[in-house]
Amino acid sequence: MNAKAKAYALRREVLDMVYRSKAGHIGGDFSVMEILTVLYYDIMDITPENFSSNDRDHFILSKGHSVEALYAVLSDRGFFPKEDLKTVSTFQSPYIGHPNNKINGIEMNSGSLGHGLPVAVGMALAMKLDQKPHRVYTVLGDGELAEGSNWEGAMAAGHYHLDNLCAVIDRNGLQISGTTEEVMTAEDVEKRFSAFGWETVRVDGNDCDVLKAAFQKAKETKGKPFLIVADTVKGKGASFMENRAGWHHRVPTEEEYLAAKEELEKKEAFYHEAEGK
Amino acid sequence: MKLKANKEVICDQLMERAKTDRDLLVLCSDSRGSASLAPFAEAYPDQFIETGIAEQNLVSIAAGLARCGKRPFVASPACFLSTRSMEQAKIDVAYSKTNVKLIGISGGISYGALGLTHHSTQDIAVFASMPGMRVYFPSDAALTKSLLQQLILDDTPAYIRVGRNPVETVYEAGVTLKQDKAVTVKEGTDAALIACGEMVYPALQAANMLEKEGISVRVLDMYCLKPIDKEAVFKAAQTGTIVTVEEHSPYGGLGSMVAQIVAENGNATVKCLSLPDCPAAAGTSKEVFRLYGLDAEHIAAVVKERLKK
Repeated sequence: MNAKAKAYALRREVLDMVYRSKAGHIGGDFSVMEILTVLYYDIMDITPENFSSNDRDHFILSKGHSVEALYAVLSDRGFFPKEDLKTVSTFQSPYIGHPNNKINGIEMNSGSLGHGLPVAVGMALAMKLDQKPHRVYTVLGDGELAEGSNWEGAMAAGHYHLDNLCAVIDRNGLQISGTTEEVMTAEDVEKRFSAFGWETVRVDGNDCDVLKAAFQKAKETKGKPFLIVADTVKGKGASFMENRAGWHHRVPTEEEYLAAKEELEKKEAFYHEAEGK
Repeated sequence: MKLKANKEVICDQLMERAKTDRDLLVLCSDSRGSASLAPFAEAYPDQFIETGIAEQNLVSIAAGLARCGKRPFVASPACFLSTRSMEQAKIDVAYSKTNVKLIGISGGISYGALGLTHHSTQDIAVFASMPGMRVYFPSDAALTKSLLQQLILDDTPAYIRVGRNPVETVYEAGVTLKQDKAVTVKEGTDAALIACGEMVYPALQAANMLEKEGISVRVLDMYCLKPIDKEAVFKAAQTGTIVTVEEHSPYGGLGSMVAQIVAENGNATVKCLSLPDCPAAAGTSKEVFRLYGLDAEHIAAVVKERLKK
């Protein structure tokens, strides 16, 4: 599977969802796309076939507002029909604006920030208690690091040496009010986690190859939970959205929608072509 | 026989079940001693998880464990569990439908002189308003035992509040609960006292005192605050006079719920006895209950006064 091209194809699904429903968080959806694509296609053992069992990996999208990106990946992996994406955020649809475990493929309801990591700690502890080999993954936003509950979870993960737990921070550097550094600094986040007993790496979070390598390193790390600080670009893929805080939850106009669509198609084609060479 | 605190009864039941159920877990936030769960932690170290003084993490970790097939019982002071970790209970437990049982220990004003930081007089309102969360206030050791035996076996979220101190016996001959049905502790036709938790005993005492004066008062143990037993309330309303008694704020607790139900038919008056809307005075539970009129003598006086109207 060509993960790089797939990430752009899935961005187009997100663009359609947001444009159709006139709602969503497109900036963060686009920044996290490679992370989710690599996790669901190359790293995690979570499939529509094994989802109802506990004998598999586990995943929580702590930055729940990026749910459109998760819907795109889950439908593409066959957890539910693509047709369902047309109902996102419509009247009485189960596909609401944050993850909900009524949806096949979603384990925990999220959307309030600072919950994913502590819940993931509980899941990782359950795997340890049962001596199961499965792993637990959670993806956080960088703005949500200001929530204190994350640090309770980080502390417990270090205390219990949860080497079956891997957290990813989608480090796009922007939140609603501006840069994370203006709002509440997160620049030394690796040092903070490291002090809590975690192994950390910092990588380009929009590069599928380096993400795969980072997840592999996480699997090989023993005795410590693992943090991947994934430097990403908010709005990645649509140049007029990139690195602009305003695109946290803006809805594109028709003109912007068409421009973004064209750009995403070109990039998808580029990566298909690049792999073909 | 030496009286037991309800939290000790809970520990006994969890230890009994843990013998055969490896998925039953107990989680504490540096609260194993105050929860009377140190014997469990010692006997079943592999089924006991310490989270430190971090109630948000305590509840979220329990939710993660439950999602992966475990049956966690979380025990932490009711004051912190119902406020510090309220959002975790709302989202990770009730909304996500994880099988977590939240045990609020030393509830109400049972921490006495420690002050409002340690009092939990809002927990019915907090937990009952969460979709998917059940709320139980057991009265005595026998009822706590029967309740735990049911909760251990089911698979949906619940909050259970118990006090800090040994409690008087309401059910001399024991009690076996029917799922979420109030227990009629004493039959009566002139008025009905509806109480929960540690207020059931003084309500029963009050009814016994009134009986000697020829006044027949029904006493209902409404240990199940959510789902509340509406039928039992409707039947109590047939007496025409209801008095509720609770160790809770006047807002959003047993009295509010009963009044809401009775208002559907409007065939009874409802007088609500509760703690006042202010930080409770320092003192033992007995002293504080007497100060705020939650003792048998005052409850009986209120019933008599209501019957004169």
